Amino acid sequence: MTGKMQALLGWVDARFPLTKMWKEHLSEYYAPKNFNFWYFFGSLALLVLVNQILTGIFLTMHYKPDETLAFASVEYIMRDVDWGWLIRYLHSTGASAFFIVVYLHMYRGLIYGSYKKPRELIWIFGVLIYLALMAEAFMGYLLPWGQMSYWGAQVIVNLFSTIPFVGEELSVWIRGDYVIGDATLNRFFAFHVIALPLVLLGLVVAHILALHEVGSNNPDGVEIKKNKDANGIPVDGIPFHPYYTVKDIVGVVVFLIFFSLVVFFAPELGGWFLEKDNFIPANPLKTPEHIVPLWYFTPFYAMLRAVPPMFSSQFPGVIVMGAAIVVLFFLPWLDRSPVKSVRYRGPYFKGALVVFVISFIALGWLGTQPAEGIYTTFARIFTVLYFAFFLLMPWYTKADPTKPVPERVTFK
Amino acid sequence: MKKIIFALFVLLAPVQVYAASGCGQLEHCDAADIDLANMESLQRGAKLFVNYCLSCHSASFMRYNRLGADLGINDDLLLENLMFVADFRKDPNGAPGKVGDLMKIAMDPEDAKGWFGTPAPDLSVIARSRGADWLYTYLRTFYPDPSRPFGVNNGAFKDVAMPHVLWELQGVTEPVFEQVIENGKPKVDDNGKPVMQLKEVRVVKAGSMTAPEYDNAMRDLVAYLVYMGEPAKLKRYSVGMWVLGYLVILFFFAYALKKEYWKDVH
Repeated sequence: MTGKMQALLGWVDARFPLTKMWKEHLSEYYAPKNFNFWYFFGSLALLVLVNQILTGIFLTMHYKPDETLAFASVEYIMRDVDWGWLIRYLHSTGASAFFIVVYLHMYRGLIYGSYKKPRELIWIFGVLIYLALMAEAFMGYLLPWGQMSYWGAQVIVNLFSTIPFVGEELSVWIRGDYVIGDATLNRFFAFHVIALPLVLLGLVVAHILALHEVGSNNPDGVEIKKNKDANGIPVDGIPFHPYYTVKDIVGVVVFLIFFSLVVFFAPELGGWFLEKDNFIPANPLKTPEHIVPLWYFTPFYAMLRAVPPMFSSQFPGVIVMGAAIVVLFFLPWLDRSPVKSVRYRGPYFKGALVVFVISFIALGWLGTQPAEGIYTTFARIFTVLYFAFFLLMPWYTKADPTKPVPERVTFK
Repeated sequence: MKKIIFALFVLLAPVQVYAASGCGQLEHCDAADIDLANMESLQRGAKLFVNYCLSCHSASFMRYNRLGADLGINDDLLLENLMFVADFRKDPNGAPGKVGDLMKIAMDPEDAKGWFGTPAPDLSVIARSRGADWLYTYLRTFYPDPSRPFGVNNGAFKDVAMPHVLWELQGVTEPVFEQVIENGKPKVDDNGKPVMQLKEVRVVKAGSMTAPEYDNAMRDLVAYLVYMGEPAKLKRYSVGMWVLGYLVILFFFAYALKKEYWKDVH
């Protein structure tokens, strides 16, 4: 570094902890050296977040949050705005990509016990991010003002009306109208472009700060800080920068290859990322035959529909759906196993995990099918299994025979 | 056991949002087999579109000169051959407007509602909601049905409100119904009447086109509708190839860089 640059850096450092932060979070943040494939998804989630914010800003420049103009303004972006189609597809594909990487990121936490002590708060911030992301995606989906935007929002907001006593008023208050309308579109736009992104960014900062406070877990579930050299550096740790920055660049490029395949060659992905019916402008007088949310909500949608109404109210279904998310917050305290990683756990946890993954995927598929007959029966079975994974965890993790955890990290 | 088999089926179900549920009255849609790279096909489709569709149906997100730029038609040709719609509310003399105009129509939606029972939908993105195969089947399966207001019904869209505006090209058609067989026996409804299924619609007297000519013309029209649904599609694939090429090359450099740095990690 030249003398002048050094002097400038010194000037800044005297006024702002630039070098200190760089060291703390990158060049002297020691991460375990045995990260595997599953550890790409944190940085990828950050990448997709940045993609959503940048493309979102440019979409906002041409989008009109008005019930008479919204649909046309999206088509205007697709046709008349230079590269508008690319910006829009990056954003729509990014939404699904966000959920894919977040689901894989959460699964990583699940298999390696990254939510366990002392990382409970990282997990809780993470679940809050997931919640904010769901709200963000739901409100964003109304904006193109297609048939699925409209009727999907109608179904979800109506869930609030099932709450006893205050439900009706509450749903009107949320919509700002008796049906989904211009008022709803405007407020969802406000939430989607400013309120929730602010919340998301704040939570992401909290998530990373909490992570850097306690240090990263790893596929062995070994605490690398227990084993330090004479300089106080974990012997199994390597500086995040440059080791993981260069490694994550490889992950980013591979991710972008898959991402581009969708953006350029199949942006609708057969109806999974952009639904066919959403190319029909919203029509409050014409209910579509099947109202299906986008794939990332379908597991919860299947649970909602699996629960039979009680006293002719869908409220129990709403409770179950809400509980499916709330239960995630308690995960750190439900798991009583002395080991973190699945590598050293016994057959009970491994079996439960397999059942859980199958249930979640099956519920996701069932959520896209009509809620009738055998589909409902299976949705009920898988809903019970989903909850059993969490609620029986204190017992099966405690009884599970574990293998001895090594002192140092291993490479597999 | 049945449940277990079904569970396996659920888990192995192909990636598909809805099960394929036929094509209106027909068992399946015919494959449109369009070619977006064929400029002449798209131009012929555009000609059919402005001549036969664009008076009841609008395409109000599409500009004439975008069509011109993408399909290689200059402004003079556009004005002369493709722009027939005059907006009398805007210009009492009925001048055809400017090439940058959107493909709007003069018909008032309220009038259309009175005449057809429902205003004809805007067709800008119809190919994106209906799909090419459905449109191709729909345009070829109008058949005479005296019970309908316009004397025709449709194989892909039962009891459709639209008249068969292309009948002069296609000629006279005839539906072929077949009795539905269930468990080896003819299926009957609650009144004991046999349940019939539309098998096909065939041309019995050719119009100004032979049946294969008409099929090709509809393929052109559907190709145009697919193009109009997403004009960027013509460009999207080629940009995508460049992006992917770049990323694949970048991957080798990124991987080499990672390998170099990680040499000293054991």
